[in-house]
Amino acid sequence: MLKDMHPADVAGSFREHHINLYGLGPRKVLVTNEEIPYPDGKLIVSRTDTRGIITHCNQSFIDMSGYAREELIGAEHSILRHPDMPTLAFKGLWDDVQAGKIWHGYVKNLRKNGSFYWVYATVIPNVRDGKVVGYTSVRRKPSRSKIGASIELYKQLKQQEGSAWQGPEA
Amino acid sequence: METVHQLTVSPDFTPDHISGWYVFNTWLQRNLGLHIHLEMYDSFEAQRQAIQADRVDMIYANPYDASMLVREKGFRAVARPLGIADECVIVVPAESTVQHVEDLQPGARVASTDDPDIRLVGMIMLEAADLHKGNIESVPVDGYVLVAKALLQGRADVGFFLKDAWDGLSNAVRKQLRPLVTSQISDIQHAFLVGPHLAGSVEDIQGLLVRMGEIEKGAGVLESLGFQGWEALDHEETEFMIDLMDTLKAE
Repeated sequence: MLKDMHPADVAGSFREHHINLYGLGPRKVLVTNEEIPYPDGKLIVSRTDTRGIITHCNQSFIDMSGYAREELIGAEHSILRHPDMPTLAFKGLWDDVQAGKIWHGYVKNLRKNGSFYWVYATVIPNVRDGKVVGYTSVRRKPSRSKIGASIELYKQLKQQEGSAWQGPEA
Repeated sequence: METVHQLTVSPDFTPDHISGWYVFNTWLQRNLGLHIHLEMYDSFEAQRQAIQADRVDMIYANPYDASMLVREKGFRAVARPLGIADECVIVVPAESTVQHVEDLQPGARVASTDDPDIRLVGMIMLEAADLHKGNIESVPVDGYVLVAKALLQGRADVGFFLKDAWDGLSNAVRKQLRPLVTSQISDIQHAFLVGPHLAGSVEDIQGLLVRMGEIEKGAGVLESLGFQGWEALDHEETEFMIDLMDTLKAE
């Protein structure tokens, strides 16, 4: 179960949101307006099991998320879920990867201290002996123009929320 | 007649280590008791044709090809070198006005070799400038020295280098060029793979490589290859690297 975010971890003034994570229930998150630029040349790599529980993360994941490795391994990937991300944006992800396909998308991720960073994410199912045993996700630096387009798109999707999608978050 | 097994090396090897691979071949042959012929292909295409024709039995492969060798040709990855990672350096002429990747514009002339993983990682790093293979002008060249030459002669705006190759350029050349960004991926590495014809020798080969530094003359061979040693790769580690390459190759 993901813990609520704690004000002591957050730098500066913040807004409080309550997001509902599928299968996990509500989580209180604290967000600031600070954007952390994605570092040039790095890839954030993580793996999860089929339920979205993190089983592996590289140093870039730790550096960008602001969490310690011990806090990440065993936690749900939705620990990064930012309230500005529409739930619908993840529907395609789960539909695709559960069907054994590759998914790409632009994602605004939440850091432990309430700031955020944008990524271009690719998720692929890990198939072993014909069975999906988990997922590998690689995040890389998105262009500012793609971030701008995603901000607009996600604003619209947020307004339309309340749709039928009740699946798990990324 | 004794069977001759073919060993080959990804054509992105650095020129300084060519003789090292011949020394390695002799050492491996002696310690395995097999007749091994080292074939050094001068292009990725020529090497791929040999792989498709099932002429290759052992290969020190780049991660891009390793994925194909394991999934399509039944090779087993047995070891990877310690302390060597496949990183890409994006370079511009020293006097270029480009200070950041984001300063590059559509139509940029990009010099690269046919080294598949370096080209892949290089193009990924250009995504931050909204560049992709459809809106750049590709300047293909046959080696990293020629990438540098294309930049110095003004035939390319930007070039991709394997980090080892960039580090190996002379100071005089490097002073006329400027690195913009270096990848820091570290999870992607070359690996030593063994083909299905030698499936029965996989454990012997892995054991020899991992203990190479302790076996007679092994330390000197490692030095001539520029390696600190070899680390065993298990099945799941190989699958992970392939998954990682697949995510990067996906369009």
